[in-house]
Amino acid sequence: MTDIAIEMVSVNKWFSDFHVLKDIDLTVKSGERVVICGPSGSGKSTVVRCINRLETHQKGSIRIYGSEVTERPEDLRGDVGMVFQQFNLFPHLSVLENLTLGPMKSRGLSRSEAEDRARRYLERVKIPEQADKRPGQLSGGQQQRVAIARSLCMEPKVMLFDEPTSALDPEMISEVLDVMVELAEEGMTMIVVTHEMGFARKVADKMVFMDAGEIVETGAPAEFFGNPKSRRCQTFLSQILSH
Amino acid sequence: MRLLLPLVALALLSGCSSSTTWGWYVINPWTPSGWVNIKFLIGGMGATILISVIAAVLSIVLGLLVALPGLSSRWYVRLINRVYVEFVRAIPLLPMLFWVFYGLPIIFRSMGLDIPIDPFWGAIITLAISDSAFTAEIYRAGIQSIARGQTEAAQTIGLNYLQTMRYVILPQAIRRILPPLANQFIYIVKMSAFASVIGMQELTRRANELVVTEYRPLEIYTLLILEYLVLVLVISAGVRWLERRMGSDERG
Ligand SMILES: Nc1ncnc2c1ncn2[C@@H]1O[C@H](COP(=O)(O)OP(=O)(O)OP(=O)(O)O)[C@@H](O)[C@H]1O
Ligand SMILES: [Mg+2]
Repeated sequence: MTDIAIEMVSVNKWFSDFHVLKDIDLTVKSGERVVICGPSGSGKSTVVRCINRLETHQKGSIRIYGSEVTERPEDLRGDVGMVFQQFNLFPHLSVLENLTLGPMKSRGLSRSEAEDRARRYLERVKIPEQADKRPGQLSGGQQQRVAIARSLCMEPKVMLFDEPTSALDPEMISEVLDVMVELAEEGMTMIVVTHEMGFARKVADKMVFMDAGEIVETGAPAEFFGNPKSRRCQTFLSQILSH
Repeated sequence: MRLLLPLVALALLSGCSSSTTWGWYVINPWTPSGWVNIKFLIGGMGATILISVIAAVLSIVLGLLVALPGLSSRWYVRLINRVYVEFVRAIPLLPMLFWVFYGLPIIFRSMGLDIPIDPFWGAIITLAISDSAFTAEIYRAGIQSIARGQTEAAQTIGLNYLQTMRYVILPQAIRRILPPLANQFIYIVKMSAFASVIGMQELTRRANELVVTEYRPLEIYTLLILEYLVLVLVISAGVRWLERRMGSDERG
């Protein structure tokens, strides 16, 4: 088995005639944590969404543990967990049902197996007592932790996070980041789109800076924050670190 | 004006006894013959309800099947939905009824199939097809009102298309779909009157037949209208109850 988790080679994507991703090359090793940052509209979400096939790319290749995402997208979905900015929990189901749906319907677990697993992951995101509530009754931070647990219940090989704390009130950001840090420490392979640079410094093995559909700069956090090479990256970092 | 109305009503009612304008005796429940007539007229209620209910059920299924391609991201799949909806909506009910009742059996026979179409099924097929264009649009609007993020979240936990519909989208869409769908049932009930022209013994047909023997169109058609009115008011009350329940669910 290869220890390359995700390999993107010259990935190009257009939204009709708008060239949104330009020759993206990105390799993520198994167990590696990659943080992607960049200005709004630079294509960060699109990169992440191409990896789990919520968007389709037109040129280049994306491989997850060696298999091309274009080939069997439905097999890959459970292996690649995704946490959205807007949580996207299922409002008509209880927290527990949100967590058991995927394992039961797509992994074929029995209800009791799925519920055991769900309670285990709710424990890990520190809200075991909320199992029977509806998502609408929880705070934003709690909802996002449920969303993380929902992904973990599929026991994915890779977790993708698209600005998981951007929709949260400031006082709830840390409770979500804490869960993500723990996940990182346990060795989960992660790609995180975020502007939380404190989090990035703490967990990232690799930083990726995107602008206008291109990967402008990649590097280890120390080097990336201490000595950014490109002009665009310097400007971006000075802007977001100043507040 | 206020004063005039009761006066007019009184004038009309006074005609009852004189029987030159009104002749309520044809449907007077206190005379044996009037009672027989009333029973005959109301006896069509069962057929009207049965036709409407079966047509509505078929339309609900057919509408969903037509709505789903309308939600595709591929234009040529959406086209199937558009063509069906525009085509069916454009056809007036009566010509469609004639086509189904008199035309369709010929097509079946030419294909070597011996499928007779009686007035009962002719009416049901026509009503179901005609109504399905509207139910399809109701479904489409209801499903589209569920945010795209729900579909995406379902996909990321490995659900396929049908599972996503079944467990995530439809349960949420149903509260927006059910009230207008129930309203659409009123349309079917009213349109079922057309079944009379192909000989279906429902409310309107029975009224027509009685008019032919009794020569009392005013009284008989008045009763007919009241019959539909009662039917529709009962359904409306049901729809309002449903809307209230759906609404309170959403808050809870
Ligand atoms: N479905 C779409 N159709 C057309 N254009 C799109 C679509 N989705 C995104 N875009 C455009 O593609 C570009 C990149 O979008 P993307 O969401 O990947 O940016 P982002 O880096 O995630 O930005 P943000 O920080 O605002 O989330 C933007 O200019 C956006 O307007
Ligand atoms: Mg984004």
